[in-house]
Formats: sequence, C-alpha cells, structure tokens
Amino acid sequence: MWELIRANKRNSILLMAVMAIVLLALGLAIGAGVFGGEGALFGLIIATVVWLIMMIVSYAGGDQIFLAASNAKPVTHDVHPQLFNIVEEMKIAAALPAMPKIYIINDPAPNAFATGRKPETASVAVTAGLLARLNRDELQGVIAHEISHILHRDILFVTLAGVMLGSIVLISQVFLRGMFYSSMGSRRRYSSGGKGGGEAQILMLVIAIIAAIAAPIMAYLLYFALSRKREYLADAGAARLTRYPEGLASALEKIANDPSPQLQAANKVTAPMYIANPFKKKGQRKLSDLTSTHPPISERVRILRNMTHGAAFKDYSNAFAAVTKSASVVPVTALAGEEIALRDGDAKQEKQQHQREQMRQVGDIMRKVNQFAFLTCSCALKLKIPPNFKADKVKCPRCGNILDIPGR
Amino acid sequence: MWIALGIIGAIIVVVLLFVIGVYNALVRLRNQVDNSWSQIDVQLKRRHDLIPNLMETAKGYMKHERETFEAITQARAAAMGANNVADAAKAEGALGEALSKFMLVVENYPDLKANQNFLSLQEELTSTENKISFARQSYNDQVLGFNNKIQMFPSNIVAGMFAFTKRDFFEIEDASQREVPKVDFS
Repeated sequence: MWELIRANKRNSILLMAVMAIVLLALGLAIGAGVFGGEGALFGLIIATVVWLIMMIVSYAGGDQIFLAASNAKPVTHDVHPQLFNIVEEMKIAAALPAMPKIYIINDPAPNAFATGRKPETASVAVTAGLLARLNRDELQGVIAHEISHILHRDILFVTLAGVMLGSIVLISQVFLRGMFYSSMGSRRRYSSGGKGGGEAQILMLVIAIIAAIAAPIMAYLLYFALSRKREYLADAGAARLTRYPEGLASALEKIANDPSPQLQAANKVTAPMYIANPFKKKGQRKLSDLTSTHPPISERVRILRNMTHGAAFKDYSNAFAAVTKSASVVPVTALAGEEIALRDGDAKQEKQQHQREQMRQVGDIMRKVNQFAFLTCSCALKLKIPPNFKADKVKCPRCGNILDIPGR
Repeated sequence: MWIALGIIGAIIVVVLLFVIGVYNALVRLRNQVDNSWSQIDVQLKRRHDLIPNLMETAKGYMKHERETFEAITQARAAAMGANNVADAAKAEGALGEALSKFMLVVENYPDLKANQNFLSLQEELTSTENKISFARQSYNDQVLGFNNKIQMFPSNIVAGMFAFTKRDFFEIEDASQREVPKVDFS
C-alpha cells in the first residue's frame, strides 16, 4: 500500500516538473518572440507569476472552488443515512485519519468525485442520480473507488495538475489572441534592433506560436494518460477495500447504461475527477483513446469481473493482464505479500424499478438536501413542505386533515 | 588520521539517521495498529447501544418471537460483560449470529418492514455490522504491515533493539461463523 502511494507521489512530482518546464518554456518563447532577446526574461517572470498565483489559490481553496462550481451541497447524516454510513464504512476500511465531508450534487446523471488537498480534509461528492439508481453494494463500490483516490493522494494531483494545465492554456490563449489582434495593426511594431535582430525575432515568434499551440495539447495528453492509469488503480483499491469487485462492476455498468443527459457542471479539466467520464461519446472509441480521461467502462467492468481468486492488487493486476493483454498498471512493489479473499455482497435482490419512481427518488433526495420537511397524512398521502412555508400546521389537500409539521 | 576519523564519523551519522528513520516508521505503524484496534471497540459498543432501540421498535409487531428476543438480549449481556479479549470475541460472535437470525425472521413481518423507524434502525445495524468487519479487516491489514516491518531485514535489527513485538491477527473465533449458515427446510 505504502509503495503504491509513494510511487504515485513520485509520478505527481515528475508530472509537475514536466508541466512546469513546459509552462516556463512557453513563457520564455513568447517573451522572446514578442519583445526580442531581453523579453525572454520578462516572459519567464510573467509565466512564473501566473503559475504561482494559481498554485496558491488552488492549494488554499481548490476543492472549495470545485465543489461550488459543481453546485454540490454539504449533507449530514439525516439527509441520507445510507450514504453517510457507507462513507464511514469505507473510511474505516481505508483507515483514513478523518471522515471526509460529504456533498450531494443536484443532477440526475449518476456520477461521483473526490477532491481535497490531503486525506485529513478530503471531500466526496455524489449526484442525486447515483443515489437513486444504485443499491447498497454498488454505492459502496463507488464510494470505495473515491476513497481510494483519497488514499492514493490522487486528489491533490488532480487539483494541482488541473491548475497547471489551466495556466498553460491561459497563457497560450492570451498570446494567440494577442497575436491575432496585433497582426491586424502594424506588423513590425515590436521589432527593436537592426535587420539581423529582426529576423531572429521573427523566427522566435514562429517558435512561440508553435509552442503556444503545441504546449496545451501535450499537457492535455500527459494529464489524461496519467489520470487513466489512476482510474485503474482506484478500481483496484476499491476491490481491495470492499473485497467485493462485483459491487463496483455492476455500478459502473449502470452508470454506463444510464439514459440521463450528461452532467451539467463538468469540463475537460475537471473530468478526470469523476468516477466515469461525464462526457458521453458514443462510438469512435479508437479516436478518443488518447484524449479520453477514463478507460472504457466496459473494459473496467470486465477486469473487475475477472477477479475471481481474490481482492488483492495482485489479483487485479492478473485480471488486468488477462483482459487487456498488456503489462500491469500496478507498480511491482505493491504486488507482494497479500492474500485477500473475496466476500459475498449483502444487498438483497433488488426489484426492477420504474423510471418514474427513480426520478421521484432523485427529487426527494434533493428536497431533503434543500431542507424540505416530509410527512405522511393518515390518508397515506405524502406531503413535501418547502423550507419557505412558515406555518407550523398544514391542511392535507386530499382528506382535509390538519397536520403538524415536525420541527416547526 | 583525520580522514579516518572523518569517515568513521560519517558512518556513525548515517547509521544513526537510519535507526531514527526506522524507529519512527515502526512507531507510526504501531500507532496505526492501536488506532485500528480501538475502531473495532467503538463499533462493537455502537452495536450494543443500537440493540435496545431495535428490540423496542420490533416488539410491537413481533409478538410470537420471544425466544429470538431473549437470545439477543442474553448475547448482548454476555458481550457487554466479557472482560477479556477471548471471551469478548466469542460473545460478539454469538451476538452477531443472533442478530442475523433476527434479520431473517423480520422477513416474515411485512408491517414491520414498512415501519420507517425500523427501516432506519435496520440500516444503522447493517452498517454497524459492516463497520465491525471493515474495522477488523483494516486492523489485520495494519498488523500485516507492522509484522512485515518487524521481521524483515534490515528493520528487524532496529525492532529488536527497541523491543517491538509482533501483533496477533484478529481471527474470527468460532469456526461455524465462517461457514455458510445451514438452511433447514423441514
């Protein structure tokens, strides 16, 4: 376990370093291209300042920004006891130092993510659609996947790498747009020296334009490649924590086959944080392989279902090799010395639920998040009282009984 | 002369740093083991606290299940009264068995299963049972890591110097618990 975390930290630092070099080189090229030789230093300083500011902001409150942007609402035990209990179960299984904060997102598309800087201050968010569709074992699998992200320190990596990526994209965009507008004015406005210097500067300018176009693409590809690997590792971690890979497998299947529209609050940079790619692309699997943030769900499901001998990393690694016919994603040092048996699930055979019933559940969960009061009249009519209804009694619209609203 | 002294000094410093590093790692692992152990305790206690509420809610609906209730009450009393680890593990095992029997009986009482209060208590109990087994699982994981560190070279030298001792795994006492429960159709 510790070897895996250490390897992940090392990869994170490596990625940070590569991205920092790309960012600084970009600043250098743009500075030299626009302002000539002395401008290189200026560009470097600007790039560093942009990077530092974004780094500080993301380190101090990146998770809060992200949660707010996803419109996630913090919830307590009362709103959804089962979700709360499952998170606590997984927190115990993973021996996390503190209970993660729990958020619910008002969206019918089933998905989930984890964020935060370190395991002590992590947060887990799930959509209302996820809660309405999954049974206990499946929800446990999803939460175990998110807790694994926290345990493996992926959450810090995604936040910092996302910010770095953001800075690179920002600088390239500002430069390219600046070029576009300034090229409409006088062409040689910035040229400083004699004839030779001018030619060198034009060369630098061309290099800068190429760099500004190529750098974001490179950074994206690198980011996505690493985040794909981390998804596999989090799946392996989830199987290890729950001892029940089928839970996550069937949850992923349900998420993949869900007919809801795609998640509202997701973009290309934040997509790797979710358990399943929030962007729905049908077909064109081969083309999207390089730019995809997640491995294909069908493949993840097949790997999990191939784990018939045990729940250790070693078993996931074997299943991975059998399904994908390629080398393992799990670092060799994490493979040794564990024999973990599988267990049976404990959720009962679920009834086939009707689509409308599911949507009603999503609605009820969101009303609970938004502090609606619920009560049942003696005529079996269920009333949902919004928080801005101030009176402490309400008349049942069907049978006319006067009912007390609890807690008012 | 000075060079030799310098080399010896450097070696001593390196060895010292190594010993400090391993010692701190061992202490951290041991604390994690202790912490996991206390988690098991917390969850067992929570189970004891939940049972009276559950019984109270169920009693009104299940008038003909005196024996089931008595078995749970007795097992709970035995588990709470146990004062050494072996007894406690045995009593908790019996309590777990009594509770799972109770949950099977509940299936015959649709009215009870529709009771909102009972449903939430049932979720709490299911979760507590899960937490107990996950706490046990995590404890065993931590013990494995700790024992490996103590036994493997070169950290075993430091462990020997400061008398770190191996911890025992938390095994389920009763062999019958590992078997699938037998169903009697007579």
